[in-house]
Amino acid sequence: MTYRGNAIKYGDNVDTDVIIPARYLNTSDHRELAAHCMEDLDSSFVGRVKEGDIMVAGANFGCGSSREHAPIAIKASGISMVIAGSFARIFYRNAINIGLAIVECPEAAAGISEGDEVEADMDGGIIRDLTTGKEYRTQPFPEFIQKIIENGGLMQSVSNGIIK
Amino acid sequence: MGMTMTQKILAAHSGSEAVSAGQLILAELDLVLGNDITSPVAIKEFAKLGTDRVFDRDKVTMVMDHFVPNKDIKAAEQCRMCRSFCAEHGITHFYDVGQMGIEHALLPEKGLVTAGDCVIGADSHTCTYGALGAFSTGVGSTDMACGIATGKAWFRVPPAISFVLSGKPRRYVSGKDIILHIIGMIGVDGALYSSMEFTGDGLKHLSVSDRLCIANMAIEAGAKNGIFEVDDITLEYLRLHGAAEPKIYSADPDASYEKTYTIDLSAIEPTVAFPSLPENAKVFGEFGDIPIDQVVIGSCTNGRLEDLAAAAEILKDRKCAKNVRVIVIPATQRIYLEALERGFIRTFIEAGAVVSTPTCGPCLGGYMGVLAEGERAVSTTNRNFVGRMGHPKSEVYLASPAVAAASAVTGRLTSPWELDKEAKK
Repeated sequence: MTYRGNAIKYGDNVDTDVIIPARYLNTSDHRELAAHCMEDLDSSFVGRVKEGDIMVAGANFGCGSSREHAPIAIKASGISMVIAGSFARIFYRNAINIGLAIVECPEAAAGISEGDEVEADMDGGIIRDLTTGKEYRTQPFPEFIQKIIENGGLMQSVSNGIIK
Repeated sequence: MGMTMTQKILAAHSGSEAVSAGQLILAELDLVLGNDITSPVAIKEFAKLGTDRVFDRDKVTMVMDHFVPNKDIKAAEQCRMCRSFCAEHGITHFYDVGQMGIEHALLPEKGLVTAGDCVIGADSHTCTYGALGAFSTGVGSTDMACGIATGKAWFRVPPAISFVLSGKPRRYVSGKDIILHIIGMIGVDGALYSSMEFTGDGLKHLSVSDRLCIANMAIEAGAKNGIFEVDDITLEYLRLHGAAEPKIYSADPDASYEKTYTIDLSAIEPTVAFPSLPENAKVFGEFGDIPIDQVVIGSCTNGRLEDLAAAAEILKDRKCAKNVRVIVIPATQRIYLEALERGFIRTFIEAGAVVSTPTCGPCLGGYMGVLAEGERAVSTTNRNFVGRMGHPKSEVYLASPAVAAASAVTGRLTSPWELDKEAKK
């Protein structure tokens, strides 16, 4: 599985309240959530994100509330993958469960700059910054996680008979 | 290799003799929780599974607490979805307006969690029940849906950090000051993916209310769970609340901990977390005057009777400062009633505060106390992230009920010790 897109970069401790503010949690409609994604941290995000873009952030990405609306909003906004220094544990679980590709790679998270073109080969575990030519090694996705993401999430994988 | 408290509970729930950190396990669940925000997403996911039954109608609970009584039409639709689902599946523990309370105050009060249980909840503060010696952790809605259908959840067995508490906290120093001090020390990802395990002879000075508050905020250090060793105080609480027979798991003497912190509770001072992270802990004397616009006393962290008692003691025969809005939210109906009977509600109203029906409301900027641009609140809640309580340019200072009440009186961030000195003059 390879992802390719331009980097949209944030810092450490991006919490779920800025990913999707609670005032919008009176809905679970994916498109409605995406329309307010990152609003309190970066009001320009929704206007500039393009299909396939890769979000790159520092440590403890997704800390705070358990709202699954957060990875849903990111995925529905067009982001294909999140690369971070580390992830908060509930967000990590939720992202996989809803089929949003995420990977921990502190070196890539630090090295990639806003706007860089990035390619992540998750079979080989290689992240390439095509703008700077730098390469970063990471763990490839374990097979079961890869299957969940390919099938669009845990429930789809269960109903497709991938996971029993 | 010995096991931690958490590992022993996970071993017992996965039919294993022993588990070790990093191992993936499938665990049997004693309770699956959801609220009015997270359950609608879970109900939609549950529908995709093609099953028409929940695993056990006595072991699934839904509590309508975030946006109820409904704040708008969309919130009302979400609650209706939960209500219909629970009616259709005969869910025993469905709590709606009139019976509801803030979930993490309500479940212990109803005796729905006991020592040794394995609990998941689609709410990050589900880690609260570790105070009662349970393994309890927050998950998302998809995990909740799977849990409702199968009664199981997968976990990676966590490593642990040990907190050995000693000494007796000083006057006005509560569980909130202790956990803010700890998060200040280790940081918001200081316990990422790990258990925080609390033991030591200092526990005898901590009420269940203090312990619930401390375990509640384990998530703010990134922890998977927080858990307290079970003692007579725990057992008495469980008995009084009609909880099921407790199973006590103590850590083995050779259990492995990534780190051990020894904390002298008598050295902890009233502590405040400054915006916009719970790790920005400061004690009085480290900052100057900070005028405030609003005070919130309530939430799953600090809306219990003991919290209201601490606030009422300070507000008794005093007035809230001019231009400061003080909002008090008892966490459950039972707490509300007891606070009424003990005269706390009268004290709050006479001081110039408002008292609300139980709701998470302002904690997450939902309603019932949303902040305008540039406004500042002292709040007994658990998060002070950007925009958490309203406008992205508003500010939240996290503190104990005693600090919140003292600040309500002066109109600026104030230590209860300062008011105490004034009173003695």
